[in-house]
Amino acid sequence: MRHTLAVLVENHPGVLSRVSGLFSRRGFNIESLAVGPTEKPDISRMTIVVEGDDYVIEQVSKQLNKLVDVIKVSDISSQASVSRELVLIKVDADPSVRSQIIQIVEIFRANIVDVGKNSMIIELTGDKDKVTAMEELLKQFGIKELVRTGIVAMNRGS
Amino acid sequence: MRLTGAEILIKCLEEQGVDIIFGYPGGAVLPIYDVLYFTPTIRHVRTCHEQGAAHAADGYARATGKVGVCLATSGPGATNLVTGIATAYMDSVPIVAITGQVPRNLLGKDSFQEVDITGITIPITKHNYLVKDVEKLADTIREAFYIAKSGRPGPVLIDLPKDVMLSETEFSPYDPKKLSKSFPDDTALDLRELDCAVNALNESKKPVLYVGGGVINSGATEQVVELAEKFLIPVTTTLMGIGGFPGKHPLYLGMLGMHGTAPANFAISHCDLLIAVGARFDDRAVGKFESFAPEAKIIHIDIDPAEIGKNIHVDIPIVGDVKKVLEIINSRLEPIRQREWLKQVDKWKKDYPLKYCNNGKLKPQYIIEQIYELTDGDAIITTEVGQNQMWAAQFYRFKNPRSLISSGGLGTMGYGLPAALGAQLGRPDKKVFNIAGDGSFLMNCHELATAVNYKLPINIILLNNQSLGMVRQWQDMFFGKRFSSVNLEDSTDFVKLAEAYGAVGLRVKKKEDVRPILMKALNIEKPVLIECVVDPDEKVFPMVPAGGALHEMIGI
Repeated sequence: MRHTLAVLVENHPGVLSRVSGLFSRRGFNIESLAVGPTEKPDISRMTIVVEGDDYVIEQVSKQLNKLVDVIKVSDISSQASVSRELVLIKVDADPSVRSQIIQIVEIFRANIVDVGKNSMIIELTGDKDKVTAMEELLKQFGIKELVRTGIVAMNRGS
Repeated sequence: MRLTGAEILIKCLEEQGVDIIFGYPGGAVLPIYDVLYFTPTIRHVRTCHEQGAAHAADGYARATGKVGVCLATSGPGATNLVTGIATAYMDSVPIVAITGQVPRNLLGKDSFQEVDITGITIPITKHNYLVKDVEKLADTIREAFYIAKSGRPGPVLIDLPKDVMLSETEFSPYDPKKLSKSFPDDTALDLRELDCAVNALNESKKPVLYVGGGVINSGATEQVVELAEKFLIPVTTTLMGIGGFPGKHPLYLGMLGMHGTAPANFAISHCDLLIAVGARFDDRAVGKFESFAPEAKIIHIDIDPAEIGKNIHVDIPIVGDVKKVLEIINSRLEPIRQREWLKQVDKWKKDYPLKYCNNGKLKPQYIIEQIYELTDGDAIITTEVGQNQMWAAQFYRFKNPRSLISSGGLGTMGYGLPAALGAQLGRPDKKVFNIAGDGSFLMNCHELATAVNYKLPINIILLNNQSLGMVRQWQDMFFGKRFSSVNLEDSTDFVKLAEAYGAVGLRVKKKEDVRPILMKALNIEKPVLIECVVDPDEKVFPMVPAGGALHEMIGI
C-alpha cells in the first residue's frame, strides 16, 4: 500500500541526505519526495510517498523519529488530505496538432507555458490520477520530456 | 570571556567532566593540541593509530558508564576512526568523536587531508555535526554529549574546521536551561501494557528472562535479579548482556544463541513467556526467526521504540528505561515459592553443561577457567572477535556488569587490545585481561606500545591456535575442510614481539604451567603478553548452524 508521510525537519544542510540515506540503507523504497521550507524558515517539510505494508511504514516512521533533525512524522494517507503534484510536459506539437493539444490542456485546466516551432511545454497541477490521465492522452503526440515535482500533501481543515 | 574555538572545545569537555581523551595529533587539530598542552585537568592518551583511539574511548565508556572521547585529525585521521565509531554504534556505546577539518574556505575542494567525515559517518552515528560557526560550538558540544548518553546511547561525531578552532568568540559557561533543543527523555510509560505484562507473568508457567546490553546501559542488574528471584525465572543473556546478571547465580543459564549454552537455548525453545529486557533479537542470538521461542508470548522492554517489532513480532511492547519499567513490574508481583519449570531447567543444566575434551593438549577453555578462578569473576575481560570471544563469554563467569567488553554487533577483530587500554585507564582498580586470538591480536598489536608507554598493567592472553580459528571452524564444518587462507603457522614470535615493545612476554605450552604463569603475570605491574600455544583443532560448541533453530545445536 502507498503511504504519504509528512515529515517536519530542521532546515539544516545535510538533512535530506540523512533522510534519503536512511531509506536506502534500510531497504525502504521512496516513490516520491518533495521538500521545501515551511511557514517557519528554520523548519522544512518533506512529503515522502512510500510503498510498503504496515511493518515497513511503522519501521520507516520509527527510524525517522530517531534522527535528531526530524521533528515530527505523520502518516497522512489515512486522513482526509489534499495532495498535489506539478508536472511539466514537453510535447511534440507541429502546427497541425496544436489545436488538439490546446483542447486537452483546457479540459485538464492545465497551462501552456512555452511554445516553440515544433513543441509546447504544458504545466499541470493535480493529484496522481489526473497527471497520469493527462500523460496518457498526450502520449499520442509524442512526449519529448517530462518532469514531476513529486507529491506534496496537507491535511484538510477540520 | 573571549576564547578561541579550540579553547571553547576544551572548556566544554571540562564542563562535561571529561578527564581523559584518546587521540592522535595531526595538522588540522594542532590548535586543540596546543590548548591541551596547557590543560592539566584533561589527560590525553596518544594511541598508535586512530582506530585504537576510538576503541579505547569505547572501552573506557563501557567500563565506566561515562562518555568516552576520542580526537583525530582530518582526512585519514578521521577515516581511521570509522571502524571504532561503527563498533560503538552497533553496541550502543556513548562516545563523542572529535575530528579536525580543513579550514572553511577549503571545504569541498578536495583539499589536502579533506574528507567528508560527517557524510561518511551518517549511518554509524546517532548524530553528527560540522560546526561552521564558532558561535554555535559550545552548544553543539553540549548537545553532542547529551545525545551520546541519553535514551539508547551511541556515538556522536563533531567535525571542526581548523579556522573555527582559531576564531574567537564570547564564551558563556553552561546553563542547563539554555540547551537549544530538548529531547524526549523517555516517554510516559504505557500503563495498559504494564498491566498486560504483569498478567502475563502471573499466568505464565514457564517464563524466561532474555537480558541484553540495555540492562547494563540502564544499570538495571539489581532489578533483573529481583524479578528473577521473586518470580523464580531462569535468566539467559546475550553477549552484550553478560555481566548484567551474576554469572554464578543459580537461576543463570548462560548465554543464548549461536554459541549459547544448551540450557539457555532449550529454555527459549520451550518457554511459554519470554521477557526480553534491553535486547534486540539479533540474528546471532535468535537463530531462525520463525522458530524462536515458538510457544511463547513475548514481552519486549526497550528504550528504543524502533527495536519493538523490528526483527520479531512482540505481544506486549513496553517502551521505556528498563530499570524504571522493572521497578514497577517488581512492585506489582507477589513472590512465589516454587516453580515446576525450574526442575526441567535444572535438568538441562545438569545434562548439558558446557564441556570440552581434556585430551592432554592445552585447551583455551581451560585457560579461561583458570583466569576465572584466579580473579573470582571480578576482572574486566576484553575480547577480540572469533573463538577467543566465544570461549571468554562461555567460560568466564562474570560477576559484575561492565566487565565483559566485547564487540558484539559489529564483530570487530582488533577491538580488544585498545579497548583494554581504555578500560584499564577508566578502572585502574581492576585487573584487566584482553583475551585474544593470534589473528585478531595482529590487527592492532601496535597498541602494545601504547600500553607500555602509559604503563598499563593489562594482561593479554593470546590463545595462539596458529589460524583464524572461527573461520577455520566454519571451513572445517561447512566447507569440506578446505582451509582457505586461514593458516597463520609460524608467523610471529609473540614473546619477542611483546619484548620488542617493552612489554613482558611469556609462553605457555602445557596445561600444568598455566596457573603458575598466570599468577606470575598478575604480580607484574607492566603489560604482560602470555602466548598460550593451544590445540588448533579445538572448536566452539555448542553451535547452532547459521539459520538454524536454537534447539538444533551441534556439540552438546
